[in-house]
Amino acid sequence: MVRLAAILLLAALPVAAQDVAPQRAAALENMLIQDCGSCHGLRMTGGLGAPLTPDALADWPDDGLVATILHGRPGTAMPPWKALLSPDDARWMVGRLRQGVTP
Amino acid sequence: MKRLFTVLVAAMIAAAPALADEVRSTGALGIVIERAAGTVAVIDTRAHTRLATVEGLGDLSHASAVFSPDERYAYIFGRDGGLSKIDVLTGTLVNRVMQSGNSIGGAISDNGRLVAVANYEPGGVRVFDADTLAPVADIPATDIGNGKRSKVVGLADAPGRRFVFSLWDTGEIWIADFSAGPQPVVTRITDIGANPYDALITPDGRYYVAGLFGEDGLALVDLWHPEKGARRILDSYGRGEEPLPVYKMPHLEGWAVAGRHAFVPAVGRHEVLVIDMDTWTEAGRIPVHGQPVFVMAEPGGRHVWVNFAVPHNDTLQVLDTETLAIVETLTPGPGVLHMEFAPRGDQVWMSVRDGNEVQVRDTLTRKVIATLPADKPSGIFMTARAHRIGL
Ligand code: HEC
Repeated sequence: MVRLAAILLLAALPVAAQDVAPQRAAALENMLIQDCGSCHGLRMTGGLGAPLTPDALADWPDDGLVATILHGRPGTAMPPWKALLSPDDARWMVGRLRQGVTP
Repeated sequence: MKRLFTVLVAAMIAAAPALADEVRSTGALGIVIERAAGTVAVIDTRAHTRLATVEGLGDLSHASAVFSPDERYAYIFGRDGGLSKIDVLTGTLVNRVMQSGNSIGGAISDNGRLVAVANYEPGGVRVFDADTLAPVADIPATDIGNGKRSKVVGLADAPGRRFVFSLWDTGEIWIADFSAGPQPVVTRITDIGANPYDALITPDGRYYVAGLFGEDGLALVDLWHPEKGARRILDSYGRGEEPLPVYKMPHLEGWAVAGRHAFVPAVGRHEVLVIDMDTWTEAGRIPVHGQPVFVMAEPGGRHVWVNFAVPHNDTLQVLDTETLAIVETLTPGPGVLHMEFAPRGDQVWMSVRDGNEVQVRDTLTRKVIATLPADKPSGIFMTARAHRIGL
């Protein structure tokens, strides 16, 4: 089931990835690795922040993850990014995380 | 006999690659972490050159380093739990162990015999023989349920063969004393405040100060009197104000001290806090350009230099420690991650991550005097750290 979900999510990816311009995508990719990576690890295997590998995120719906990125998790170290990221940016990042991010 | 010795030395030199083919000392050497590539550059801080690139060090996000007492070996602590030992004279990796799943930094004991690593996963501290990297001791952190243990941060060495560290999840400071042998005596100080995120030790090794993320203030332990526990200081610096988002955790590394004042980053505010070290009370706060990450004093203490979290991480500000005024705002380039002063302060090295370069500036003029290309550089560590308590 998890596997099926992963396949479905992968299939949904290209749509999400089209939502931002190529230049923006490059900036977001860098931000994901470098800035998100400062808490989640450059390879998204976790640090002060939770792991963000495809496996770790498999059970979370996209909308929940997008909301976490934009609004943060109050009471934890996960900050709200809405001042720096649009909802489309955040959705693109979730899509990218589901593919597996490595530097 | 002398002849045989010469032959042996010649053979050794022939076998050692790169740097050892000339007589060289280590006092002016240092390393730069290239965090995405998993490599470390060995640098000559006087010639402003890269001497070697050491590869195969794994995930170096948030990597840091300490040096052996003879300044020959650097121990590198990687995010993936890797502990690597590099020979800076030959520019080679001499040993590497995977000691945990996820780690955050480490320290070397005052006698140079023990290397300790702070781990997130499994939460705790592991201690290794500095020569062989063989395990010596394992200190699991407090259980937080579900088979997990508190993450450990802010690990520092203290005089008397001690390591001091903080527990992020459970708000504790522990002191592990190895003076009686490889089985440490551990002193646990609890209720120090919510979520210590990093810590430092004063240059004399007496005070351990942990910054708190979960609430305002810092926790102070007098290592001459650990029995007195921890004392909360500056616990109302943000009272009544909504904290700003913290896009990157500040670091407490080194101790930015000038006279009786110490300078530390505020958390969730665009301010540098000034602490009066005689009374451990707030002596002022300096509004700055963004969320401070590193607040570092020139070795002479005349100024402190501050870098910032995203989206302000292209900028550095220089503060006058007497007037508390900002004397200069520099924009070295995208992603200014770390600074390291030469031991006597004439130069400052800084990594400009997204500019893929390391800049060397004259501390007086603040002008760039050299640049070195580097692949997403982060931490810069000079060998003089070998002789400093808590670094
Ligand atoms: C200052 C540290 C920090 C930074 C920087 C950071 N995060 Fe987080 N993040 C956290 C923490 C801590 C959690 C876990 C929160 C909790 O305990 O519920 C988290 C949780 C998450 C989660 C939910 C995953 C889960 O399993 O709970 C997502 C998705 C996420 N972060 C994405 C991002 C992205 C994308 C960025 C960069 C734009 C980012 N984070 C930057 C600290 C950080």
